[in-house]
Amino acid sequence: MLRIPGSSPNDPGILRARRRYGERVVIGILFCCAALSVAVTVGIVLSLIPPTLEFFREVDIFAFLTGTDWAPLFVPAKFGVLPIVMGTIVVTICAISVAVPFGLGTAIYLSEYARPRVRKLLKPLIELLAGIPTVIYGYFALKFISPFVQNLWPVGDSPGVFNALSAGLVMGIMILPMVASLSEDALSAVPHGLREGAYALGSSKFEVSTRVSVPAALSGIVAAFVLAVSRAVGETMIVLIAAGGTPNMSLNPGEAMQTMTAFIAAAGTGDLPQGSTGYKTIFAVGSLLFVATFMMNVFSNRIVLKYREVYE
Amino acid sequence: MVNRETPDLMEADATRSLRTPVIVLTRGVETEALSNVGEADDPQTVFSVRGLDVHYGPTIAVAGIDLDIPARQITALIGPSGCGKSTFLRCFNRTNDLIPGAKVSGSVLYHGLDLYGPQIDPVEVRRRIGMVFQKPNPFPKSIYDNVAFGPRVNGQRKGLDEVVEHALTRAALWDEVKDKLKKSGLALSGGQQQRLCIARALAVNPDVVLMDEPCSALDPIATSRIEDLMVELKRDYTIVIVTHNMQQAARVSDGTAFFTAEVRDSGDRVGVLVEYDQTETIFTAPSDSRTEGYITGRFG
Repeated sequence: MLRIPGSSPNDPGILRARRRYGERVVIGILFCCAALSVAVTVGIVLSLIPPTLEFFREVDIFAFLTGTDWAPLFVPAKFGVLPIVMGTIVVTICAISVAVPFGLGTAIYLSEYARPRVRKLLKPLIELLAGIPTVIYGYFALKFISPFVQNLWPVGDSPGVFNALSAGLVMGIMILPMVASLSEDALSAVPHGLREGAYALGSSKFEVSTRVSVPAALSGIVAAFVLAVSRAVGETMIVLIAAGGTPNMSLNPGEAMQTMTAFIAAAGTGDLPQGSTGYKTIFAVGSLLFVATFMMNVFSNRIVLKYREVYE
Repeated sequence: MVNRETPDLMEADATRSLRTPVIVLTRGVETEALSNVGEADDPQTVFSVRGLDVHYGPTIAVAGIDLDIPARQITALIGPSGCGKSTFLRCFNRTNDLIPGAKVSGSVLYHGLDLYGPQIDPVEVRRRIGMVFQKPNPFPKSIYDNVAFGPRVNGQRKGLDEVVEHALTRAALWDEVKDKLKKSGLALSGGQQQRLCIARALAVNPDVVLMDEPCSALDPIATSRIEDLMVELKRDYTIVIVTHNMQQAARVSDGTAFFTAEVRDSGDRVGVLVEYDQTETIFTAPSDSRTEGYITGRFG
C-alpha cells in the first residue's frame, strides 16, 4: 500500500509544522548587528541636536555662519565660524591635491600597466599606508615635512613650524591609499572587452587607459574623490598636531590654522564647564561638520549608484 | 620606413580613396621585415601562416597551423569549443600580445611582411586589421564618439562627420541612428550595438576585418542582418570569421577551415587545423573523416 508521508499519527512527517526557534534567534542576532550602526548614527545626531539648538538660542545662526572672528572661549567671545571653516577648506585642498593625482596615478598603473605579480605585491603595500595611526602621521608632518616646507617655501616669509600645508600634504598621503584602492576597483570593473575593442582600433596602451578605461570608470573615480574629501574634512589628529590651532581667516597654506575638527578636539579636552556657551559651541561646530560630511556622503552614494547602472 | 605598394589597395573607388595605398607597419628605419617580401607575394593572399604555435604560459593552445587567407573573401574558421580557432584568429592582429604569458611562434605573413617581426608596431597592425568581438562592446560614449574613436586615436581631427556617416552607412546602421548620434551606444539593441562595433572597425579603413563569433549573442533576425552585411563588405574587405554556427559558415563564407582539438600523449588538448577548402567542398565532400563527423553532427 502506498504510504503517504505524514499520514500516520505516529509519524507526522511533512505535515508537522515545526517552529525552528534557533533559526529565529540567529535572524534576530544578525538584525541587531545590522541595526547597531544605524542606532549609533541616530544616537549621535540626537545627542548633537539639543545643545546645538540651545547654542543658537544664545548666538544668532546668521552671525555664526557668516562671522569672520572665531574666539568662542575668550572674553568677549566671538562666534563667527568662517575662520575654522576656511582652515578646513585649505587643509582639505592641500590633502586632495596630493591624494587625487597620486592616488589616481597609482590606480591607473595598478589596473592598466602593472603585471599581475607586481600588482599582487604593490596593492597590499599601498594599503598598509592606510593602517598607520594618524598620530604618527601628525608627528611625521610636524617633524619631517614641516622643515621641508619651511626651507623650500618659494615666496615671502618662511612659514612657521605649524602650518596648514604640512598637515594637508601628510593628510593627502594618508588618504592616498583610499583613493588608489577605490579608483582601482572602479577601473578593474571596466569590462576587458572595452579595452580590447579600443586596442583593435589601433590605440596605444596610454590611449586605452585615458580614453576608455578612465572615462568608463569616471563615476567610481568621482565617488572616490568625494569620499577622500569627506575623509580630509573629518580628519583630526594630523591637523591638531601639525596645523597650529590658531583660527585664521586666510587662504595662505603657509600660515598656522585651526580646522573645525581640531577646534572640537582642543575645546573638548579643555576644562569648559558643562552647559556654558563655550561648551555648546563644540556641538554647534560638530553639527555643521556632520551636515557637511553627510551631504558629501549622500552625493557620493548617488554617483556610485549611477556608476552601477552603466554595465548591468 | 617600409613603403610597399600593394595592388589590391590601389584601386580607386569611394572607399578606397580614404585608404592609404601603402602599408606602413613599422616605426623605424629600413627593416629586416622587408627581406620577407617576395615570399607569398601573391596579391590574392592577405595572410600566409606557416608553422604557427601559440602557447599560454606552459600550455600549448594551437600547434602547427599552415593556412593562407585569400583577399576579398570570407574565410570561416569552424570547429568544436576549445579547438583554438579564436586564439588563432587573434594572431592576425596581435591581440594575443595583450594576454600575459601568451607566446606566438612560427610566421604570420601579412602581404609578405612578418607580423611578428622585430620592427613591427602592433598598434599599427591593429589599425590595419580590425576586429569585431563576440559580445558587442560599444564604449560607454555616444554613437558618434564610438565611431569617431578610431579616427581620433589615429590623429584625425577634421572631416569626422563624413567618416562617421560613411562607416555607419557601410554597417547598415545609418538610417536607424542618424537622428540620435548623440545618444549612448549602450542604448541600442544588441544587433544594433554589434553593427555599431562593425561601423567602429570600418571607420579606421582597415584592410581586414576579423570577426570572433560576431552573432553568437544575437537573435536570428539580427544575425541575418549581420550576415548580409558581411557579404556586402567582402567586396572591399578581407573577412575572417570564427563561428560556432555551421549554417552561418555555409551561408556566408567562401572558404572554410576546420579546426579540432587533439589530445596529446601528455594529456594536453591542442588545437590543430584539420583541413581547409572551398566552403562548398568542406560541407559536401570533406576529405577528412573528422570534418565529416563534425559537420554531420556526430561529434563536437
